[in-house]
Amino acid sequence: MNGLQRLGRLSLDLLASWGHGAIFFLELLRAVPAALSRFGLVVTQIRAIGNRSLVIILASGLAVGFVLALQLYNTLTNFGAAESLGLVVNLSLVRELGPVVTALLFAGRAGTSLTAEIGLMKAGEQIAAMELMAIDTRARVLAPRFIAGVIAMPLLAAMFSAVGILGAYVVAVGLIGIDAGNFWSIQQSGVDVWRDVGNGVIKSMVFGVICTAVALYQGYETEATPEGVAYATTRTVVTASLGVLAMDFLLTALMFSTP
Amino acid sequence: MNKKSTEVMVGLFVVLGAMALLFLALKAANLASFTGGGNTYTVQARFDNIGGLKARAPVRSAGVNVGRITSITLDRVTFQGVVTMDLNADVAFPKDSSAKILTAGLLGDQYIGLEPGGSEQNLGAGDVITQTQSAIVLENLIGQFLFSRAADGGSGEAE
Amino acid sequence: MSDAPFIEIDRVTFGYDSRRTILNDISLTFARGKVTAVLGSSGCGKTTLLRLIGGVHAANSGRVVFDGELVDARDKAQLFRLRRRLGMLFQFGALFTDLSVFDNVAFPLREMTDLPEVLIRDIVLMKLNAVGLRGAAGLRISEVSGGMARRIALARAIALDPELIMYDEPFAGLDLVSMGVAAKLIRTLTDVTGATALLISHDVPQCMAISDWVVLMANGGRLVAQGTPAELMASEDAEVRQFVRGEPDGPIKFHYPAPPVAQDFGLERSA
Repeated sequence: MNGLQRLGRLSLDLLASWGHGAIFFLELLRAVPAALSRFGLVVTQIRAIGNRSLVIILASGLAVGFVLALQLYNTLTNFGAAESLGLVVNLSLVRELGPVVTALLFAGRAGTSLTAEIGLMKAGEQIAAMELMAIDTRARVLAPRFIAGVIAMPLLAAMFSAVGILGAYVVAVGLIGIDAGNFWSIQQSGVDVWRDVGNGVIKSMVFGVICTAVALYQGYETEATPEGVAYATTRTVVTASLGVLAMDFLLTALMFSTP
Repeated sequence: MNKKSTEVMVGLFVVLGAMALLFLALKAANLASFTGGGNTYTVQARFDNIGGLKARAPVRSAGVNVGRITSITLDRVTFQGVVTMDLNADVAFPKDSSAKILTAGLLGDQYIGLEPGGSEQNLGAGDVITQTQSAIVLENLIGQFLFSRAADGGSGEAE
Repeated sequence: MSDAPFIEIDRVTFGYDSRRTILNDISLTFARGKVTAVLGSSGCGKTTLLRLIGGVHAANSGRVVFDGELVDARDKAQLFRLRRRLGMLFQFGALFTDLSVFDNVAFPLREMTDLPEVLIRDIVLMKLNAVGLRGAAGLRISEVSGGMARRIALARAIALDPELIMYDEPFAGLDLVSMGVAAKLIRTLTDVTGATALLISHDVPQCMAISDWVVLMANGGRLVAQGTPAELMASEDAEVRQFVRGEPDGPIKFHYPAPPVAQDFGLERSA
């Protein structure tokens, strides 16, 4: 009986925490218009989130582009389709790897720093101080960071994909010797702006919502101790990553399944 | 002031992101070839078998893009595939032009190739292309091949 | 000036969760324009009292009255109005670490008013001057010491000239000089502006020196005694005497409840 009771309590706790998270998210959304009217706050956050993630995103994009070109070339030559290397790299990046890898890197870099920042603000009673000054902390502190994350993510993903394609170009044309003209023209005829690039942008916006909301929630709800904050940052990365991957499956099925 | 430098950096970030998006859209995708979307006229063509043709596939003549397929439906009466396409307004085709379903490369996507006929009248909006050649279906091809081989073998061995 | 108390706590019971009640049917009043100190050992509910007055939590039962108005922690509009009239000094300052000293003090002015920057600048410098830190306006928060941080937080708390200032452990962790400065500031503020001051502290000497009225609480949110500093120092009540004189043993026991010594050290003689 004890085991069953514990299972019951665990499930109730789980439901409660999901409900808690959902309420937090809804209140966050409700604070968005107020934050938008003070766009200066959002701009400051875009710098903190976006600019500071640039280096890792660009470096990773380049690396992924190199590797994709090398790996795919090996397989494509078996089918005599080495010329479509550019196309395959492009589609892999723009549809999948760009949004997903960017989101995972974002969760790790920007997500954890958001969680730690909010957690420490809470621990240092800065949030309480603001509340007692009759300031809505959701609109002043949380929502600007949320909006910044949702704006920054698609831009970062686009940069990841673009740099990846350029990296693949360097490997394909420079190293392997594929024809440069074909490299670009096959992409241009094979990649659809709305279907591929557009859907990729939509994906990365959804991932931006997930990663940023999770990061803010974990920071806001953490215990005000060093261990609490450390634990919260770990939870941000894990939860956001799982959320992104699950959502990716859903979105890919919706967007790219053959009608 | 610190505020100014923040705004500059963020502006730079947004510009870089926008450039990346534009690069992806123009250089690495088909947005550039989209711009003929201004003036087009719509024609239809009927095929017995459209093969692997998909909507938004290109329409080419002599290998040059002249239009795009907008929709593919099944005619419930004649059970033919009806392909609706938009052609660039600045290219006029004779009324007896033929439409074939061709494949780009050996394993590539399929598209419609238009070959001009000799008529003095041109296709107008809403016209139907009457001369069509369906897609080549691999199974039919193999079936034909086997059948002709069997026929040859049979006549060869007839004693 | 009416004689009605500025803040009234009427039979309030409160606990963060159902297992622990922090305040138990407690009733207190705080007079307008006076410095009232709330003393007691850790965990007796002093900080919780501040939170209830500020409307951060809602009491489980009883009333909290702010200048004649019943505080409803769920009414956001009312909280907004009431909180404009109070300033709180948190234990370690709770300064915004990403802003400079100037921006910290300017924060409530920028957020709550539409005053032009020129006017805000003057007000901020005046407030900093009142706490003796006008020259530190350009520093970053990471560059200031603990005592300075407390003073900056005080400047921020009084930026909007509140009618009620709540001090949460203003003397904790300060050296004697800074403590003297803090005490002087608290007393002067009330004397000069007529603001009501609510002081939460363990520090008996400083509180006795500057308060008009002292309230002593004990664990479980119990009200032990209240009166003028002189009255409490002269009290014959055992609990009060132990607290104000800092005696290690008395009604608050030295030993944590434990089994008898003989039992733990194996000294029991077998019968």
